[in-house]
Order: sequence, then structure tokens, then C-alpha cells
Amino acid sequence: MSTPTTLRVWESQAMVYRKIWRSHLLLAFGQPLLYLLAMGLGVGALIDDNTASVESLGGISYFEFLAPALLATTAMISAGQASLWEVLDGFLWSNRYRAMAATPLSPTQIATGLGLWHATRTAIGVTGVAVALALFADTRTWGVVAAVPVAVLCGLAFALPLSAWSATRYGGTSFPAIIRFGLLPMFLLGGAFFPIDQLPDWLEPVAQVTPLWHAIELCRGLVIESVDPGNVGVHLGVIAAYVLAGWLACRVTFTRRLMP
Amino acid sequence: MHGNWRWPASLPCRTVATVPPSIITARDLRKQFGDFVAVDGIDFEVEPGESFGFLGPNGAGKTSTMRMVGCVSPITSGQLRIFDLDAASDGAAIRARMGVVPQADQLDAELTVVENLVIYGRYFDIPRAECRRRAAELLEFVQLTERADERVDPLSGGMKRRLTIARSLMSEPDLLLLDEPTTGLDPQARHILWDRLYRLKQRGVTLVLTTHYMDEAEQLCDRLVVMDQGCIVAEGSPRGLIDQYATREVLELRFVTGDVGDHDAAPAVDIAGIGDRSETLPDRTLIYAHDGEAALAEVHRRGLDPVGSLVRRSSLEDVFLRLTGRTLVD
Ligand SMILES: Nc1ncnc2c1ncn2[C@@H]1O[C@H](COP(=O)(O)OP(=O)(O)O)[C@@H](O)[C@H]1O
Ligand SMILES: [Mg+2]
Repeated sequence: MSTPTTLRVWESQAMVYRKIWRSHLLLAFGQPLLYLLAMGLGVGALIDDNTASVESLGGISYFEFLAPALLATTAMISAGQASLWEVLDGFLWSNRYRAMAATPLSPTQIATGLGLWHATRTAIGVTGVAVALALFADTRTWGVVAAVPVAVLCGLAFALPLSAWSATRYGGTSFPAIIRFGLLPMFLLGGAFFPIDQLPDWLEPVAQVTPLWHAIELCRGLVIESVDPGNVGVHLGVIAAYVLAGWLACRVTFTRRLMP
Repeated sequence: MHGNWRWPASLPCRTVATVPPSIITARDLRKQFGDFVAVDGIDFEVEPGESFGFLGPNGAGKTSTMRMVGCVSPITSGQLRIFDLDAASDGAAIRARMGVVPQADQLDAELTVVENLVIYGRYFDIPRAECRRRAAELLEFVQLTERADERVDPLSGGMKRRLTIARSLMSEPDLLLLDEPTTGLDPQARHILWDRLYRLKQRGVTLVLTTHYMDEAEQLCDRLVVMDQGCIVAEGSPRGLIDQYATREVLELRFVTGDVGDHDAAPAVDIAGIGDRSETLPDRTLIYAHDGEAALAEVHRRGLDPVGSLVRRSSLEDVFLRLTGRTLVD
């Protein structure tokens, strides 16, 4: 599976990232900060005065409800961005992965190395969010540190299946739909901005099978230090299942694409 | 290799050390994409230090063959051994010793010239410092030292091609595969490239290349096979093929439309018997003769009046025309 050569793929991606890290980090740090200020404090001020609302949030402030979820949503968005056009580029335009395939690297190693890179890139972005959370007293807990790897895993749960998909594409026509009808609804409705029991009955189970909701629940529990230990296994298990399935799919689609 | 002689089953079997193994041995090699047969059972061998070419028109199966040799495309059937290893099972080990210049450049536009080389060396697990040393040396070799820290994008086609060749040499390969190394380049860029490849050959690197240019094959190849529709239709040295399938000289005649050269007006009647044989193309008539000037004199003696005539030495183009009845580049 992963010999040290796999890391060369990671190295190649890191070399490219070195040129854009500022804009990536600024986005990863700045965007959640904006949400925290606008939604967390602004909208929160309206909600927190309402007893019924506070009850439905589980007795915490809206800020405490929203802020930890941004770790998971940022991971999802950042990983999604890195897995669509950027991956297609490696097969279609820059042909980065084709160049790699002509070397001793195998398609599986290329896919695995890319997965490791996705994890790293997501970790960088999520750390930006963690720093933003640490700016506010309500969310300055050690749980933030524990939530970072959960968010990274969440990123992989999107990055690997989407990379597998991109490896089968000959153009990006499906990508805007994936974002508009996949990632964006999850971001808005997946439990970050309000509890999913507010969703229509038929939509709630849908939210519950997304890796995002499980990651949000876990991150929130960790940050506000009220994790239900019984649920940790389920949450991690669902997210890990997406990661594993995505990696297996990547192995297949990368091999098919690179060694026809 | 040894005709029909088989090693008697009663004798102990030992490797024959006197015959050095070929760098590439292909036997009945086939490649199919679904029902479509791209390579239809070809046999060839490439010896160490040799410069070997696949000549053929677009769609002949050259790239498909190169990709199988490059171990980035599984063979459909047959046998393919490279460095005496099996392409089907030892792909990674084979790729480690081989340099590849693909038909389309695969340079990383986000990286600089030198970064492109260094990262490629890293794929072969070469230490970073060594990568930088080799990169500097190779940039010198392909005359791109001044561009080292520029991005790849603004480079000309010829420069990108040279950079791709430099990149393929990062692992100091024993065997270099080049898929149409000069297609799309202007004459000057092609000559620079040929010169570099010629130097590599002198250093003992085995070159395997594909081309649909005659002059390229004649310049670079010690030996070549002519491919058409997935099959090998001839094999030999450029000179040998020309001697075998063409005459020493060719007389090219152009007639005004409606005259003898016109496709429908059987020209064979008038030029029959001049030279060894003739080919009528849409725009010209070719007469194959040992002595082109003598053939031209005969044409004039018969009262034919071509608007243009040209005597030239025959080339691989003529070989291809003879073998397939078609011109190579339309
Ligand atoms: N991945 C593929 N899938 C289907 N057909 C292919 C594929 N690659 C090549 N072919 C077909 O195989 C034939 C030979 O192609 P190729 O080997 O690229 O020829 P050449 O390099 O001599 O131009 C062409 O008809 C081409 O369309
Ligand atoms: Mg080709």
C-alpha cells in the first residue's frame, strides 16, 4: 500500500501549495471569522433572548452552537474545492498524475499520496478556523484541539469520494451541480446553523447519513465539552466509512484512468 | 532467435550468457480497447545502445505501443519484456530505469522550470540535493539554464519539449522513450532537439521513438519498423528499407489538371515503362527510377509536358507509399 514513495506525491502537491498558501489560509481563517461575527454574534443576539430557542439548541448560546460546526464545514468546503477542478487538472491539463504514472509510482500510490495531501491541506485550513475559535472566550477550550483531527477526517470523507469522481471526468460540467446541490445544501442544512430536528421529517434522516452532520455533532460536543461517549464511535464510524469507501474508489478510478 | 532449435528436455537448462538480452522484446504484442484493436500482434526487439523507431501515420498504434512499453498500459495479450523483466508484473521496476517523453508535454505550469525537474526526480526517490545537482546539469544540456527560475508557461514549444527531455533524464535512464519528439515544432527547434538526442545516443542511451516524419526517422534511427493499422509492415535500417522498397531516385511530375496527371485520365498509358514503376497521387505523379534524369528525358521524348518536374533521392515516404498505397502525412 503506502511505501515512503507515496510521500513524493504529497511533496509535489505541497510544492504547488507553497505558491498559494497565503490565499488559502486567509480564506480558511477569514471566512469562518466572518460567519462567527455576523451569525454567531449578530444573529445570536436575537436568538439567545428567546428561551424556546436556547432550549432547542440544547441550552447553549447560538455562538457556542455555530462556532464548532465551522470546523467541519470549512473542512468540507476546502476539501471539496481541492478535489474537483484541481484533481481533474492532474488528469486533463497539467497532466500531473500522468507524469507521475510514468515513474515508479503506481496509480494506487498516487491516489494515496493525494489523500495524504488532502488531509494536510484540510488540516491547515481547519487550524485557521481553530485559531479563530480561540479568539473568543466561549470557544477557547482544549476540545478545539481534539476537534481538529475530526474535522480533517470529515474533509477526507468528502475529498476522497470527490477525487474518485473527478478521476473519471473529461470536463468540469458536473462540478457546479455538485457544489450547488451537494455541498452547499449540506453546509446550510446539515446541522451547522440550526439543529436538524428543525428540518422537514423526510430530510432529517438524509442529514443523518451525511458525514458532515456526524462531524458537526462530534466537533460541537468536543468544543463545548459535552460529548456523549456512546455516540463517538458511531460518529467516527460513519465518517471513517466514507473515507475508506472514497479511498477504495480512488484506487479503482485512478488505475482505470492512468493505466487504460 | 535460434530458429526452430529447442533445448533438449534431457539437458539441464541454463541461461545462455553469450547472447546479451535485448532491452525490449515484444512477441505477438496486442492492445485492444474494447473491440477496437489498436496494436495487432507485433514482434520487435530493441538492442542496448540502439536507436529504434516506429514510423507510421496517425492512428497506426505507435502511442499505444509506446504506452505498453512504458508500463502505463497493460498489454492485452502476447509477451513484453523490458530489461529482461516482465512488463505485466514488474512495471514499477521497469519504469524506474526508463525515461519517458510523452506525445503531449506534461509539465507543471504552476512550477518553475527547475522545480519541474526537481520534483520529477523526487518521484524516483532521488535525494533532493542530488535532484538539484542533476537539474542544473540537465538544464545546461538542454540549453535552458537562463530560464531555470521562470515559470513554464511562457516557454516556446521547442523549449518545453527540451525541458520534457531533461525531465525524462532526471533518473539517468538506460532507455529513453520518445513519442513524436518534434511534432509541431519549427525546423530550427527540431534540429536543436535532434542534436541533443544524437548526443544522448552517443553516450550510450538506448532511444526508442515514434514519428510520422521521414526526415526524423532517417536522422535518428539505426533501425525502424513501419507501422500501419496496428501492424508492422516492414522492418530495417532507413537506408535498407529505401533500397528494398524504393529505387535510388524518384522523378516527381506535376501536370495541369485534365492532363496526364489527372486522377481519372489513366496516366499509366503514357508513362508506362519509364523507370521501375510509378505512383499517381492527386497532385503529382511519381516515377521510381535508378536514374531520375534519364527518366525525365524519356518523359520529354514521349512528348509529355509536365508543368513541373523534380528529381530527388527516394525517402522513407516512398517506402511507406509503396507498402500501404497511401502517403504518410496528409
Ligand atoms: N484509450 C483509448 N481508448 C480507445 N481507443 C484508443 C485509445 N487510445 C488509442 N485508441 C485508438 O487506437 C488507435 C491507435 O492510436 P495510437 O496508438 O494513439 O496511434 P498513433 O500514436 O500511431 O497515432 C487510434 O485509432 C485511437 O483512436
Ligand atoms: Mg501517437
